[in-house]
Amino acid sequence: MKVYLSQDAAAKALGSEAVAAALNEALGDTPVTRVGSRGMVWLEPLLEIDRGQGREAWGPVAPGDIPAILAGDIPSLGLTEEIPFLAKQTRLTFQRCGVIDPLDLAQYEAHGGLAGLRRALGLSGEQMIDEMKASGLRGRGGAGFPTGIKWDTVRMAHADQKYIVCNADEGDSGTFADRMIMEGDPFCLIEGMAIAGLCTGATQGYVYTRSEYPDAVAVMRRAIELAREAGVLGGDVLGSGRAFDMEVRVGAGAYVCGEETSLLNSLEGKRGVVRAKPPLPALEGFLSRPTVVNNVISLATVPVIFEKGAAHYADFGLGRSRGTIPVQIAGNVKHGGLFETAFGMSLGELVEEIGGGTASGRPVKAVQIGGPLGAYFGREKFDTPFGYEEFDGQGGLIGHAGVVVFDDSADMLGMARFAMEFCAVESCGKCTPCRIGAVRGVETLDRIKAGDGAAVEVLTDLCEVMKDGSLCALGGFTPYPVLSALEAFPEEFGQVKEAAE
Amino acid sequence: MTSQPSIARDLPQVAEAEIRPLIDRHLSAEGPLLPMLHEIQAAFGFVPANAVPLLAEALNLTRAEVTGVISFYHDFRKAPAGRHVLKICRAEACQSMGAEALTARMLSLLGLEDHGTTADSRVTVEAVYCLGLCACAPAAMLDGQLIGRASVEGLEKALEGAA
Repeated sequence: MKVYLSQDAAAKALGSEAVAAALNEALGDTPVTRVGSRGMVWLEPLLEIDRGQGREAWGPVAPGDIPAILAGDIPSLGLTEEIPFLAKQTRLTFQRCGVIDPLDLAQYEAHGGLAGLRRALGLSGEQMIDEMKASGLRGRGGAGFPTGIKWDTVRMAHADQKYIVCNADEGDSGTFADRMIMEGDPFCLIEGMAIAGLCTGATQGYVYTRSEYPDAVAVMRRAIELAREAGVLGGDVLGSGRAFDMEVRVGAGAYVCGEETSLLNSLEGKRGVVRAKPPLPALEGFLSRPTVVNNVISLATVPVIFEKGAAHYADFGLGRSRGTIPVQIAGNVKHGGLFETAFGMSLGELVEEIGGGTASGRPVKAVQIGGPLGAYFGREKFDTPFGYEEFDGQGGLIGHAGVVVFDDSADMLGMARFAMEFCAVESCGKCTPCRIGAVRGVETLDRIKAGDGAAVEVLTDLCEVMKDGSLCALGGFTPYPVLSALEAFPEEFGQVKEAAE
Repeated sequence: MTSQPSIARDLPQVAEAEIRPLIDRHLSAEGPLLPMLHEIQAAFGFVPANAVPLLAEALNLTRAEVTGVISFYHDFRKAPAGRHVLKICRAEACQSMGAEALTARMLSLLGLEDHGTTADSRVTVEAVYCLGLCACAPAAMLDGQLIGRASVEGLEKALEGAA
């Protein structure tokens, strides 16, 4: 009998450690394998038992359930992988997450790990770039820039030292994919960064993550030590004679540090103030040297591209959005969690069918996609397929693919005000449209709330200035939630809803 | 500008001999200031004012530059927090599940008007913007312990347990 219990931060927050204690007491010498999360957060803490017929699931499990589960008195939910939420997914980036012990390198290899790195070691830098370009992978942090092109810029740059910087500063509300990978399959990120290093000639990597993620920091740091001991990292990567090493750095609670130039300043030990571009970080990044800055999910997707081939990856998707996207369904939702799927599934299907509607049982009013800088979509936009261009065409963005569901009690003017307030608190202060504009935005929304209808025009003007004049996405994209809320719910801003065109 | 009495004088200080090793440990790192500040705060619970000139000297920065970095980041404290720190997430996903009402209720139960520390220094309540627990909102963290689907009753119980 093999027993698996999630130790993801979400499982811990829902009581997995008390379940682990009860299991250990009941099982005696039978070990419990602690794994990452399968991503079905509403079933956490999720317990799996394999009695030789495959892994069966129970969840959410309370400590008091353990004796009855072990005695066979509580029926399982069936085989874990046949639970519809999992069965409907295409798990490429998250293929091992929740399956293996995150810190067991042998299990990692047994499940396809390191195959990509081994293949990459036999390729030239140029061949690796071709593979990346053919995969169609675009930046999963939100900007959607082709990863292969970014890598090629760094590869072609001349410098004594280049860097791979992993942006793990996952501050967007509604997103937890980076956290889940770091806690559930850290070797995958390490392998992806090593491949990026080999391809571009960078020998040092940094994972810049958040102080709000203590579990992820601890697992990543331990995984790096283990990878170094096993020769995956260090002066002689898998016996190739080539070097790549990395370390984890922790931010200090500044949202803007998720912006890549601000992140680089923070990594250098400065205030996390945004830099003007150009120069591009690919040419003058960390310590003014050529630097790849990629999101966790972009880098953690690299191993499977090299393991299974670019064509396998690119076969999934829609239009110019190739491969899969780990959609994080969150907020007021019945079946919240991580759902990795090929691009192209409609927003409505994700929210209503996969997510099962709201947790409160009330009607869905709106969803915010892509974090605090993402647009609110009302139900009339639920047929939008998940893809970079498709969301852009509807006045939104997919960002880091977090979907936050709100029921009909949501106060949309309040949410628009919150977006401005958040921008005002988190603005780095470098550019005026963001620093001052966000404060004026809060004031203007207060005027609208007090019944000053003329202030709506001021608000839309202000949003135009912030969009066009801000240095980075914080000031530039804060208008998305504000204007989209105004557009979809004008009556909450004291406006008369115009007849449908 | 006229010189003002130093605010730093009223803040707790720590012996330099205790601070220096925490700085020295990271001197060879690339971009060492944040790791040093984290280490100092982990050791003392805050960044003592007299760490600033030591950091400035070690890194060849001005004291203004070091102070600027400390003040930029929400995490760094200039004075110790209460014995327990309760962080309640206020980001959108948690708001969709009632985080605002939860925060208001907890503050009122603890006799606080806004985020801050109780008069008996027992609890500091802070806002946090996302703990990555957005699918089990609202989320909170008491000292290092994560709490999903947080309720007033659940948080009260956790606080009682932390005494």
